[in-house]
Amino acid sequence: MSELNTLTLAQARDALRKGETTSVALTEACLAAIEGAGALNAFVHKTPEIALERAKAADARLHSGDAPKMCGLPIGIKDLFCTKGVPSQAASHILEGFKPEYESTVSQQLADAGAVMLGKLNMDEFAMGSSNETSCYGNAVNPWRRGNDDAALTPGGSSGGSAAAVAADLCLAATGTDTGGSIRQPAAFVGITGIKPTYGRCSRWGIVAFASSLDQAGPMTKDVRDAAIMLEAMCGHDPKDSTSADLAVPDFEAMLTGDIRGKVIGIPREYRMDGMPEEIEALWQQGTEMLRAAGAEIRDISLPHTKYALPTYYVIAPAEASSNLARYDGVRYGHRAKLAQGDGITEMYEKTRAEGFGHEVQRRVMVGTYVLSAGFYDAYYNRARKVRTLIKKDFEDVFAAGVDAILTPATPSAAFGLGEMAEADPVQMYLNDVFTVTVNLAGLPGVSVPAGLDKQGLPLGLQLIGRPWEEGDLLNTAYALEQAAGFVAKPGKWW
Amino acid sequence: MSIDQSTAAKVAKLARIKVEEDALPALAAEFNTILGFIEQLNEVDVEGVEPMVSVTPMRLKRRADGVTDGNQQAKVLSNAPDAREGFFAVPKVVE
Repeated sequence: MSELNTLTLAQARDALRKGETTSVALTEACLAAIEGAGALNAFVHKTPEIALERAKAADARLHSGDAPKMCGLPIGIKDLFCTKGVPSQAASHILEGFKPEYESTVSQQLADAGAVMLGKLNMDEFAMGSSNETSCYGNAVNPWRRGNDDAALTPGGSSGGSAAAVAADLCLAATGTDTGGSIRQPAAFVGITGIKPTYGRCSRWGIVAFASSLDQAGPMTKDVRDAAIMLEAMCGHDPKDSTSADLAVPDFEAMLTGDIRGKVIGIPREYRMDGMPEEIEALWQQGTEMLRAAGAEIRDISLPHTKYALPTYYVIAPAEASSNLARYDGVRYGHRAKLAQGDGITEMYEKTRAEGFGHEVQRRVMVGTYVLSAGFYDAYYNRARKVRTLIKKDFEDVFAAGVDAILTPATPSAAFGLGEMAEADPVQMYLNDVFTVTVNLAGLPGVSVPAGLDKQGLPLGLQLIGRPWEEGDLLNTAYALEQAAGFVAKPGKWW
Repeated sequence: MSIDQSTAAKVAKLARIKVEEDALPALAAEFNTILGFIEQLNEVDVEGVEPMVSVTPMRLKRRADGVTDGNQQAKVLSNAPDAREGFFAVPKVVE
């Protein structure tokens, strides 16, 4: 058997059930890989004691024949998920020292399914960023490099630590969250699979909130089968989240037949952007041909409001963030600023939030405050909510016309260098999400699948967008694309 | 719409984030870049369009109006920067 930490979830699961290895051995292999990967800065809070304790318990369950679906499989958890007794600070100084007294529903469900938590993963502060550079822990680093160039590249964001950890085989899989592309963009930048399910599939309870009408958790995995396995464990109705859907969760893995004959795949003309690298255009074309060759019908479609998705997002997400982040006031948890003589409660709030929030978070909270303020609420926030209705209708119209899934590029470029965007204005960084953000605004499931390498040797991904609640069908199309693309490249180990 | 320094200061105040005087010009400039980008939305005809309230059409669930939780004072206070005698402590609010 190859090195245990390089296994997929499915391979490790099958090996465990055949008695070929143990959860303790898998967990130790991952812990050793994590220890050797400090340069990637992916794991920011390590929990080896918890991991080994859960691994031993998993081995006992496997032995007694009472093993749930993910029994004994070591995974990483994004720092945005509250984990009981373990630091959970959304990569922000303002939550320094915060150890929740409770466990998020999704991480609890994973634990109930037998998964073993190895630790917490780096991310952009409050999930606000596309390069992991807004983290209070410093940026995570992409295990991929451009050819022989040793310049450090971003693993994407916000789930950059999750992406780097899975691509570098530090864990078998990881949780991510996606508000505007934060699972799919980093997955594409490191050559792994990431799915954001339909809004309401996964409970948001216990996940630090960024923009509540857009946030969804999802798995980041080494392949599509693993995404199906882990998504099933993460999904399901939760009475503690009133927006979580009370729908049965199918056996997603059983739906991976690879048969997509007769499926209608839409190719949206508005996603053909000016200035898009030729390689991405070519990859998109190849992906289209692969799905056609697999028996799908390819149809040109139009999603006319696409260009308004980013500006809509940059009203709605900051507005919701400004409201959600009002809770960080130095009273109930986390950081409180040192006060000067005579400072009252207002100074405490203002100094605490100035010290605790990083620059990008402050900017978004203030933009959100502005668009919600008296006199501007209609002009900005209400207008954005109306345009959001139109963006969702674009998708509803093409699905009503018989389209089963939509194929697009996942990102407008391959991974860029850390620090390369430092001089850029904030809007240029926001363009990273141009292909992914529409999906959050419409509440749809979207999956990023690695499909090729660019000429510098960096992975590129394609995105498939599905109908609401049809993650199983979407993953099956992704599975067909994965099989046709045959992406097996791994980053050379330099760390 | 252009944001000047005094508007930037007002927004910072509303958001309860202390911004030093000398940081205001850069902040105002960033706001203007972002709001300039957002202005594109004015091109869209939204006449008669309902603003989105919920992205997935669903009825919110109801539950019995009963006590389901409580008696967790120590846990509630365990992460507070300053907790005294079973309460959150803050600077003096009333003179």
